[in-house]
Amino acid sequence: MELKGGEILVKCLEELGVEVVFGYPGGAILPVYDALYDADIRHILTRHEQGAAHAADGYARATGRPGVCMATSGPGATNLVTGIANAYMDSVPIIAITGQVARTMIGRDSFQEADITGITLPITKHNYLVQDVNDLARIVREAFHVATTGRPGPVLIDLPRDVAASKTEYREPGPVKLRGYRPPAEGNPEDVARAARLIAEAQRPVIYAGGGVVNSGAHEELRALAEKIMAPVATTLMGIGGFPGDHPLSLGMLGMHGAKYANYAVMESDLLIAVGVRFDDRVTGKLDAFAPEARVIHIDIDPAEIGKNVRVNVAIVGDVKRVLTQLLKCLDEYLVRPGTAWQEKIATWKKEYPLTYRRDGQLKPQAVIQEIYRQTKDRPTRVATDVGQHQMWTAQYYFFSRPRSFISSGGLGTMGFGLPAAIGAQVGCPDELVVSISGDGSIQMNIQELCTAVNYELPVKVAIMNNGFLGMVRQWQELFYNRRYAYTELINPDFVKLAEAYGAEGLRVTREVEVAPALEQAFRSSRPVLIDFVVAREENVLPMVPPGEPIDKMLG
Amino acid sequence: MRHTLAVLVENNPGVLARVAGLIRRRGFNIDSLAVGPTNDPTISRMTIVVEGDDLVLEQVIKQLRKLIEVIKVSDLTAEEHVDRELVLIKVKAEPAQRSQIIQLVDVFRAHIVDVGRETLIVEATGDEEKIRAIEEILRPFGIKEFVRTGKVAMLRGSRTTSVDGE
Ligand SMILES: Cc1ncc(C[n+]2csc(CCOP(=O)(O)OP(=O)(O)O)c2C)c(N)n1
Repeated sequence: MELKGGEILVKCLEELGVEVVFGYPGGAILPVYDALYDADIRHILTRHEQGAAHAADGYARATGRPGVCMATSGPGATNLVTGIANAYMDSVPIIAITGQVARTMIGRDSFQEADITGITLPITKHNYLVQDVNDLARIVREAFHVATTGRPGPVLIDLPRDVAASKTEYREPGPVKLRGYRPPAEGNPEDVARAARLIAEAQRPVIYAGGGVVNSGAHEELRALAEKIMAPVATTLMGIGGFPGDHPLSLGMLGMHGAKYANYAVMESDLLIAVGVRFDDRVTGKLDAFAPEARVIHIDIDPAEIGKNVRVNVAIVGDVKRVLTQLLKCLDEYLVRPGTAWQEKIATWKKEYPLTYRRDGQLKPQAVIQEIYRQTKDRPTRVATDVGQHQMWTAQYYFFSRPRSFISSGGLGTMGFGLPAAIGAQVGCPDELVVSISGDGSIQMNIQELCTAVNYELPVKVAIMNNGFLGMVRQWQELFYNRRYAYTELINPDFVKLAEAYGAEGLRVTREVEVAPALEQAFRSSRPVLIDFVVAREENVLPMVPPGEPIDKMLG
Repeated sequence: MRHTLAVLVENNPGVLARVAGLIRRRGFNIDSLAVGPTNDPTISRMTIVVEGDDLVLEQVIKQLRKLIEVIKVSDLTAEEHVDRELVLIKVKAEPAQRSQIIQLVDVFRAHIVDVGRETLIVEATGDEEKIRAIEEILRPFGIKEFVRTGKVAMLRGSRTTSVDGE
């Protein structure tokens, strides 16, 4: 059958099981849009291409399936860039499809030409400029394969307009063959055995778990490991949900805004079992002082993460789920007899240094988040966040018990991620409650997506912790710049009216007694609802490790 | 320490940009990079000379391997191998000095490949030491221009650096 490039692309998407595309059309991608018009694929028109990229990302994080976003050439493509970088930093499988000017026009600074494969070279797992329509079907399949296997990541396909318009005989390509790409699977059994020996010898083990646990679906294996060896589990921001936050062995999050007991446990451990993590600076603080007494086992699918930041005693390269399965089996041979002294020490820390905040009559953002948790913990819920203080409070005060239920920008820390990511999550999980916890700064970076939510009847709930500041930056100014609040105070629009103007419901809460009823009302509604929580202006996220300090030197 | 890497890559447009971009982005220092197709026209081979300690080198290799179009990376440094580089040197050559230059060039088994009115172009191949030596020898005459290809390298004996070689 003769098909045009655009039709081939869409046909491949259908064959690969793509149910939804988040996108924004324009001249160069018109042939693709024309084919989409007849396809069995839902298209969500976001109001900005950045929204499309984040929505694809949120969809992928929530469902575990690759998210697809689409944009035209030039400004459409460059508007995707932040979203692609965001997905890259957090290893999220998204496929970005961009229109490009016709092949003969490339390299001449043509109208709406941007070298998007060049621009996204450092922020994609791989990218393609399609030069020949006969390569297209193969490339689309490769792109999905690369994005979703190994360490996941974004892949971009740049499709020149004339390639999209030219015809060829469509043949389904064979299986993907990439001789330079062989993602690891099982861990080396000898390494696994060595790790098991270290575990059996340890007196004060701590598991440090990250996004790799969530990505590989290893939450059950992780839990089994923790319970078997009675090791407490601290997660990174990306690891949240990979281990139940309400489990007795949970230490919550570690690092810059981790719980004191999490950081103390890591610093005093004699064995750190690092699972699907990359020893990011927000986690380790001063690197040379990190977990000084610990031997380290590092399990990760990406060999380049091993030894990148810290020296490890045992490295196991492989898919986290499979490696943990191997490790559990291997541990059966040992009589793992966890000492109780370590458990007791941690229990004491938990009692002595709980996460708390001062209740002084003001509306506290932490209290709002605790109430959101109380009202949603018994129903399937996804919580997306933006970036700043509210993000950290969500990580601290909402106990996530399921993987993929916490959707947040970790590596890049992208303000404006929350709402479009929530939209993507809602599209992927239509029967669940989706809440976006945001700040008055962040929400305004992609607030236009409220319109998308209304347009497609996606009943996301947006909870703004409105403190009248770029709160996290203000906190740093307070602590490290003598309270010189240089350009961090915000003059805001009336968010309730704004919500209403977009066709959503808007509510405002200024006192603690109003919190629960407002949330109940929002969660009952079948429409998108925005709640403007007018909270204490100068609340700080504590505890906090000052930048460059060891993680047990915490303020607050 | 300097390391010589043999990198087999898909012979696709843009692959050089990927490799060069990665090296720059991760802050690795490279001394030279030479690239060309192999006997299999779908595969190009790069010889990259990088400077760095073992940790740096381990990262370079691992990061290179992550590129989808990189098929194989081998560190030849510790192995028995031959490495060669080609240089062209344009040297000032007054008629009175010509025979002296020609004699020296002969000693190095280099060649004169162009004879101008006031200059000669010398072509030499060799390892680093030989190239340095010939540069030193010719410097007193006045080097007007100097260009080198960057190092290429190959394992000695029957072992190979190929897609299915060990
Ligand atoms: C796109 C982008 N620009 C700037 C920053 C730097 N930044 C980090 S947190 C923050 C303040 C966020 O303010 P807000 O959304 O109101 O949240 P709050 O910290 O008050 O909860 C800023 C500006 C960022 N992370 N992302």
